[in-house]
Amino acid sequence: MTTVKTYMRPMAGWWRKNPFFVRYMIREASAPLFYLYALWLLAGIVALATGPSAYAAWWAVAKHPLMILANLVVLVFAVYHTWTWFSVLPKTTPELDVAPGALITGGIVAAVVACVALLAFAWGVTR
Amino acid sequence: MAESTKTIEIECLRFNPETDSAPRYQTYKVPFTDDMSVLQGLQYIKDELDGSLTFRWSCRMAICGSCGSMINQVPHLSCETFLRDYYPGKLRVEPLNHFPILRDLAIDQTDFVRNKLPSIKPYLIPKQQKTLEQGEYLQTPAEMHKYYHYSECINCLLCYAACPQYGLDPKFTGPAAIALMHRYNADSRDGGRAERAELANSDEGVWGCTLVGYCSEVCPKGVDPAHAVNQNKMASAVDYFLRFLRPYGGKR
Repeated sequence: MTTVKTYMRPMAGWWRKNPFFVRYMIREASAPLFYLYALWLLAGIVALATGPSAYAAWWAVAKHPLMILANLVVLVFAVYHTWTWFSVLPKTTPELDVAPGALITGGIVAAVVACVALLAFAWGVTR
Repeated sequence: MAESTKTIEIECLRFNPETDSAPRYQTYKVPFTDDMSVLQGLQYIKDELDGSLTFRWSCRMAICGSCGSMINQVPHLSCETFLRDYYPGKLRVEPLNHFPILRDLAIDQTDFVRNKLPSIKPYLIPKQQKTLEQGEYLQTPAEMHKYYHYSECINCLLCYAACPQYGLDPKFTGPAAIALMHRYNADSRDGGRAERAELANSDEGVWGCTLVGYCSEVCPKGVDPAHAVNQNKMASAVDYFLRFLRPYGGKR
């Protein structure tokens, strides 16, 4: 074993020292936002089940400009999260005879198609 | 050496364990030509400016894995990184992150060499032992293709310097060791996966990874350790759910 004196550098602020780590931390730190957003949607369902007045109250908060702004912020991070998620897809699949770039593009295209289909469906049933 | 036309500033981390309580930085002005690597810049400093600067190197052609260092906070082999790419700016050369500094740019690799590497049993554990008379263990090119690029690791430790999880928790087995574990598990001649599974499936194994992915970015040999680690998360999850039917890892 080593017996000479060594110096161990501290890890404080590690993620600010490299843009790659900053992008990683934004990806990871955005996850709790989606948790909160899911709770907010769940609150809407509970309000709907409780009765018309509770649902009207939830809806009034949902229409508040600050809430719309919060929705936009979550949307921006959701898009970023989706993009970074598919960017690491080639690291998580088994060995495939597909180019990593094709996997990433395929994932992002699938996500866009799924979002458009869901929006079209929601548009169709709520009109 | 060809005629020098330009001069670049190289800032080196200096640490002398006999006199210093913390590292400091020292800047050297190094004349260079376009074909000079950062390693050659360091060699110029040692030969011409300051013989006390300590750093490791051997092959100077990205094979031995000795000269890894942080160059402007990015892990590189200094032999295949060129001074011209930093000019007219300056460059800061530091020892690889996340390892104890022995002296100047030399790190202490004991944790990898003594602990991490042996822990994954980096050798073939044959499914069935053959005697010499029974001949060699044969393998098709397709079977070799499944693990070959994982076998190209040169133990340069750039991936450990790129892995914040290893920096935050040195108990994590780390990218290169897990990539080598996958190299043996994926080998058709090997039957040692069960012996390696207890470590692989633990928090110190594949689950210590949070898929930062920087290890694969910095790997000079295209080993793609992040892919090796994260494929084995799926294998580990399968082991977890099938553990009563197909118990890997023995005592748990």
